[in-house]
Amino acid sequence: MSEDTREKLVEVRDLVQTFNAGKKDEVRAIQDISFDIYRGETLGLVGESGSGKTTTGRSIIRLYDPTSGTVKFEGQDIAKLKNGSKAMHQFRRQMQMIFQDPYASLNPRMKVKDIIAEGLDIHHLVKSEKERDDRVAALLEEVGLNPDHATRYPHEFSGGQRQRIGIARALAVEPEFIIADEPISALDVSIQAQVVNLMKDIQDKNGLTYLFIAHDLSMVKYISDRIAVMHNGRLVELASSDEVYTHPLHPYTQSLLSAIPEPDPDTERRRVLVPYDASQAEGDDKARSMTEVFPGHFIYAATDEVAGYQHAAQAAHAND
Amino acid sequence: MEKILEVNHLTIDFNTFAGPVHAIRDVSFHLNKGETLAIVGESGSGKSVTMRTVMGLLATNAKIEAGEVKLEGKDILKKSEKELNAMRGNDVAMIFQDPMTSLDPTMTIGKQVAEPLRLHTKISQKAALKEAVRVLELVGIHDAARRLKDYPHQFSGGQRQRIVIAIAIINHPKVLIADEPTTALDVTIQAQIIHLLQEIQHKIDTAIIFITHDLGVVAGIADRVAVMYAGKIIESGDVDEVFYNPQHPYTWGLLEAMPTLETKRDRLYAIPGTPPDLLDPPKGDAFAPRNRYAMKIDTEQEPPFFQVSQTHYAATWLLAPGAPTVELPPEIVRRRKIWAQKHPSQEAAK
Repeated sequence: MSEDTREKLVEVRDLVQTFNAGKKDEVRAIQDISFDIYRGETLGLVGESGSGKTTTGRSIIRLYDPTSGTVKFEGQDIAKLKNGSKAMHQFRRQMQMIFQDPYASLNPRMKVKDIIAEGLDIHHLVKSEKERDDRVAALLEEVGLNPDHATRYPHEFSGGQRQRIGIARALAVEPEFIIADEPISALDVSIQAQVVNLMKDIQDKNGLTYLFIAHDLSMVKYISDRIAVMHNGRLVELASSDEVYTHPLHPYTQSLLSAIPEPDPDTERRRVLVPYDASQAEGDDKARSMTEVFPGHFIYAATDEVAGYQHAAQAAHAND
Repeated sequence: MEKILEVNHLTIDFNTFAGPVHAIRDVSFHLNKGETLAIVGESGSGKSVTMRTVMGLLATNAKIEAGEVKLEGKDILKKSEKELNAMRGNDVAMIFQDPMTSLDPTMTIGKQVAEPLRLHTKISQKAALKEAVRVLELVGIHDAARRLKDYPHQFSGGQRQRIVIAIAIINHPKVLIADEPTTALDVTIQAQIIHLLQEIQHKIDTAIIFITHDLGVVAGIADRVAVMYAGKIIESGDVDEVFYNPQHPYTWGLLEAMPTLETKRDRLYAIPGTPPDLLDPPKGDAFAPRNRYAMKIDTEQEPPFFQVSQTHYAATWLLAPGAPTVELPPEIVRRRKIWAQKHPSQEAAK
């Protein structure tokens, strides 16, 4: 698909998120990032802890007001939505979140059916108790849980099952866009695959758009159409997932990829770690911005670095 | 090869209000001098309980029903608390998962690193701190002499895990148990810590038991691998044997469930269902209800260990004489091909 025909669902422009601005403990969590999320795609957002990926997700869903810059959802600037307004209410329904910790993100004192139906109640999507129960049963079935378990409490479920409950809750209000913040990192390997498959099935069925935040890079590659790499609050590389993995251009991405362990002893014996020196590619005073160095492949680069990246991209593709 | 640690027929129940939980069910393995053994399994498979037994750190409601844990020939299950205290942090040391909680936030790191030395040897505080500096430098804490008086919160997560490793190795333990030491760390830091453990192993000649659920990490660090499921070891062998010639359907499932960077965007294999309730382990093979290849006998009788090679064993009825030949999952076929290339003379196991 070419750039022009795809519909932009989320547009992030020059987003800056600073906490405790002006104080001694100022944290510049996000420093000027711009990217788009197209309708129907999965954008993977990777980076180490503290790189700003969770803050990015939270800014998009407007849990934070941006320090500067804009986030647009379906063309509308979400910072202009007033709390309590009808438009805000509608926005909250269209965008949902799945959280990392399946133990902390479900209220232990609520029954599963009330957890799942909370959004239905808030948005007045069901008219009777019976309709509510039917909808909950259908949602439980959709995420692979037994509808008879609707009256149970969260502690009666395993980690993987709880994550399914969290997914059912997100789906209840029929959102268009779901932010999944490390949805599988607390789960065992065999359960991770179950949850990732479920998320893919639901996406195919409902035409959902995902922002998938994670640090497990092999799982991100598997689920994402495009991948954005963050480091120190900046976006350093953005391209299709195959492109990022086969032709990483930014030195940080190269270093990150060189550290992913693979379940293959021979590969591991040959592994060479690529060190990364931030002072070379982002730490100095040069003005940098995301630049397209190859069709669809963006790099955080200064003007005098662009030619080098373009050359590297062409050389990498010539060897394919 | 000299065996430093031997666990034989270990069986442990936990008494709970609901009844005894059969957490460890007849587990046997050994650790050779200077090698790295990885124990792989999901949460609840019994890997951490097994290691706590080796450390003599079982909870009070645990009951050792049978078995022995021999460290250099002596059964530690028969040791008194005093003897265990002399062993812990000295002959056997442990690195825990979470570097944020395994250090004492109110104690300087110099004192924490020197503590095992002070406890187990007659050494002056000054000499112990000097040794602490040496070990801290060894694990990659720069300018350690100047940082002895710093507190844990002044270090990053990766540095803290290095300090935890320094505490574990200061007495040159014969066995070092690392319980998910990199799970809480970023992938780049994880790679550094693994590299560090390998370096240290050569320098102080210790044997390592590495507990993890991450098969990628295992492939990089292990000499031998034991896979645990529902309180039992179900397959064990050299790292190449387990990764390129796996025999147990559970091992297959684990390897298939992990996408490699080559995996294309189609469905991942997911092992269906969830692990069994060990309050009431199922009859027969505990993995049978989740096993695509389960036969009738799997639901009736527990499989014994079948020998694949001198070093490779798996507890699955598929290896029994006369068992049907099954169609392997594509990922396992791919791995077996690598195995065949590595061992052209040997006929591939069925």
